Amino acid sequence: MEKKRKSHSVARYNKWGYIFLIPFAATYVVFQLIPLITTIYNSFFENYRSGLTIIGPNYVGLENYKTLLGNGELFSYFKNTMIMWVLGFVPQIIVSLLLGAWFSDPSLRLKCQRFFKTVIYLPNLIMASAFAMLFFTLFADGGPINSILVSLGILDEPYQFMIHVGSVRGLVAFMNFIMWFGNTTILLLAGMLGIDTSLYEAAQVDGATATQIFYRITLPLLRPILLYVLITSLIGGLQMFDVPQVLTNATGDPMRTSMTMIMYLNKHLYSKNYGMGGALSVILFIITAILSLIVFKTTASPEKKEA
Amino acid sequence: MEKDNRKKGVNVGLRRAVAYLVLILITLLCLIWFYVLLINSTRSNSELIMGFTPFPSKYLVTNWVNVMHGSLPIVSGMINSAIVAMCNAVLCTYFSTMTAYAVHSYDFKGKKPIAAFILAVMMIPTQVTTLGFLQLIGKIGLEDKLLALILPSIAAPITYFYMKQYMESNLPSSLIEAARIDGSGEFKTFNTICIPLMKPAIAVQAIFTFVSSWNNYFTPALVIHDDAKKTLPILIAQLRGADFLKFDMGQVYVTIAFSIFPVIIVYLFLSKYIVGGVTAGGVKG
Repeated sequence: MEKKRKSHSVARYNKWGYIFLIPFAATYVVFQLIPLITTIYNSFFENYRSGLTIIGPNYVGLENYKTLLGNGELFSYFKNTMIMWVLGFVPQIIVSLLLGAWFSDPSLRLKCQRFFKTVIYLPNLIMASAFAMLFFTLFADGGPINSILVSLGILDEPYQFMIHVGSVRGLVAFMNFIMWFGNTTILLLAGMLGIDTSLYEAAQVDGATATQIFYRITLPLLRPILLYVLITSLIGGLQMFDVPQVLTNATGDPMRTSMTMIMYLNKHLYSKNYGMGGALSVILFIITAILSLIVFKTTASPEKKEA
Repeated sequence: MEKDNRKKGVNVGLRRAVAYLVLILITLLCLIWFYVLLINSTRSNSELIMGFTPFPSKYLVTNWVNVMHGSLPIVSGMINSAIVAMCNAVLCTYFSTMTAYAVHSYDFKGKKPIAAFILAVMMIPTQVTTLGFLQLIGKIGLEDKLLALILPSIAAPITYFYMKQYMESNLPSSLIEAARIDGSGEFKTFNTICIPLMKPAIAVQAIFTFVSSWNNYFTPALVIHDDAKKTLPILIAQLRGADFLKFDMGQVYVTIAFSIFPVIIVYLFLSKYIVGGVTAGGVKG
């Protein structure tokens, strides 16, 4: 009844809905929708620069996609991206679950929670490129980390972090971990605080230990949010760019083992290879779209909780 | 009975001690990098080559003066970054609120599909449309212009989504109707009733937009070519590409410090709002 009356009295003003939508719609169409369409369009053309001459654009059908998927380069960059994402995500989710469980545990009554939350979220706001540059200088052959490790007697001579596959990937993953675990903790904590406390009390009365409560009550009830965190993090992980780009000076060295998919895209865009760049964009778009669809299918509930 | 109680008490005490210990370790893990950065930016190149010490030296100002006279236009980079980030924060929050207001308070034909569309495109990464974007700005004369980094922020689906959610619980339609009865025009109602009521949400999103624009590297690096228009992240990447050993390390640290610490200082003042706004959703890493 209430709602009906409202919509009736509002009817006269409804054209203002369109007017207020104009800035968004115009900007969206010009700067995102048209670019998306022309990107897709470009992916069907051969169009690149060879020296000073421009080759194309010539229509080649799906040739760019065939080249991309056929030569194995894309697959190896996909693998790099995923390895670095997993290396960063696993410790991230473990630490976040642990911290979230502690922050939300009423029997622990942790003090200074505001302080700790502020600190763990801080790295998320740091300029990723500057953070990568900082790590590059700190972990350089003659940098402070090596100087500390050598003077403590842990290493005999400086370890060359930048020429080993494991250490470069490890550093990228570690930086992603540092930058994102605070964000994940706060998301999971919000989910944990939303769990009905009477469930915990009942379990405690029945004599359950903190570990049992965590595995039998917290984790199962947290599943939708965990899934949301997993997939949004995966989408973000596929976009991994700033950190490896600056850390390795856009080379993805050693031997392109830390080259990510967006770094590859950036390379094509930079050299104005629009055909391959377009095809790569479309592939990334499709992967992201599928992942997003899963997010929307599975996370209707946590979003409702927030509102 | 008593024994049992005591055992439980010790148990909680022990768990609390472990929790504090881990939290302190994690705090150190988060902050140590910035501490080293702070210390090293106060030391001269020769001191830095000698190895790390945990105490500050007295070359901060010298390093900064050297950076200002160096080859990288750091000062103009900061100004450009600040201009772009501020414009983005203002445009993005104002127009996202307007978009949310349109969907929230009016019933027009096609409203549901429009709202669903905005929600559906929320997750599309900017990287996948960058190719078309670069071609477009080349055609309309925005290439190498800061405006190309500012204008697109008017359409920000994630900010819109946050604003709309906030409106649902904080913008009573009775207020809007009261304003109408008093003869206020729709546009005036939006500016004088809706915007003030949305202030907390606008503040949170303004901070987020400012920070993500300040840190943004991918698109600006492809759009801006002129040294005088470059933003800080581009210059940082250039610093990485510069012949590293020739560089004065004190300058390198100061440059990084001046890109990072403004955000940290702002964050420390506003952390209450920022941490509260995190749960709003969006893409992470």
